[in-house]
Amino acid sequence: MDQWKNFSKGFFKENAVFVLLLGLCPTLGLTTSAVNGLGMGLATTFVLLMSNIVVSLIKRFIPDKVRIPSFIVIIASFVTIVELVMQAYVPDLFAALGLFIPLIVVNCLVLGRAEAFASKNNLVTSAIDGLGMGLGFSMALTILGAVREILGSGSIFGWKFIAGDGMIVFVLAPGAFLVLGYLIVIVNKINKKGA
Amino acid sequence: MAKKESTFTNMVFTLFLVTLLASTALALVYEATKGPIEEAKRLKKMNAIAEVVPEFDNDPGTDVRKLGTGKDTLYFYRALMGDEVIGIAVESYTYTGFSGLVKIMVGFLPDGTIYNTSVLEHAETPGLGDKMIKEKSLDKATGLSWSSQFDGKNPGSDNIQVKQDDGEVDAITAATISSRAFCDAVQRAYDGLQEVKIENE
Repeated sequence: MDQWKNFSKGFFKENAVFVLLLGLCPTLGLTTSAVNGLGMGLATTFVLLMSNIVVSLIKRFIPDKVRIPSFIVIIASFVTIVELVMQAYVPDLFAALGLFIPLIVVNCLVLGRAEAFASKNNLVTSAIDGLGMGLGFSMALTILGAVREILGSGSIFGWKFIAGDGMIVFVLAPGAFLVLGYLIVIVNKINKKGA
Repeated sequence: MAKKESTFTNMVFTLFLVTLLASTALALVYEATKGPIEEAKRLKKMNAIAEVVPEFDNDPGTDVRKLGTGKDTLYFYRALMGDEVIGIAVESYTYTGFSGLVKIMVGFLPDGTIYNTSVLEHAETPGLGDKMIKEKSLDKATGLSWSSQFDGKNPGSDNIQVKQDDGEVDAITAATISSRAFCDAVQRAYDGLQEVKIENE
């Protein structure tokens, strides 16, 4: 398999958010600012990368009937590690993401890649897949967060360029759906052109 | 190499091994991060206290008293300069916010006058209720924000209620419920303070 293709598919062709529509709970819930989106994306990328590596390493030793519980235990361990490390070294970001960090465990994207990809492919391919999918997810969340932050709060990465509030609806829940919808349209348009 | 078969012993053994390894790894990470997490929490508390009381030279985070009221607990931190109490930071709460729980830190001078306030935790509507946070309603020209009107008031003699309820507090436009909640939390902090009576020791 072409490793570059394997890596880059996570960005456009099989982007978790825009094309596969996986992991929408954190996507809609906490992309109120670009920093939140980026933080969540990177946390998920770490979990995705590590769980893909471990799952592809031990896939031969796991009997079929207990593979899902085993994968969940592995994923949950890495999520807890991320949670503890963030709490210790970036408490502000942890406070902003809060509840959504433990929820990475049930992000379909992570289990989906472990089950559908890592349990069938070798170590290097799985690691690259995890990294590509994770960074694609981060990119999607950061773009979504940036657009909502610009329109909703008049700032970008916390740097304010207009005084006062923007269009507040974009920081609220409906704004997430609106922006995501338009972003999906744009990505679909680009993907169609490439094909 | 063929996959392991799903026999009973195989499954039990695998699951046991996976969970054992996972818990070992977690225990190690927990041990390693325990110190930094506590340090981060302590710093956060210190900063919140330092924001609402005059300058102090003790460690108020270790000088804490609790008082159970209603649904939750109030925490009192004494700020000392030398041996004299120069302020008390009260961690107060209210459940009457537009989205439920609001936690604030209120700093009192020894005579019960409010020195400063800060919001610790809230889920109020962005753009409306969240103006109770200093930075969100800060007027750069005057350096004042919505919650500045509490500074210098004494809940013992002033009526800490919004004007709609015949009080002295200007509510946030379009966020009267959030403003009421803030007043409720401030009043609760003061009532608690009267109850525990922190004196010079």
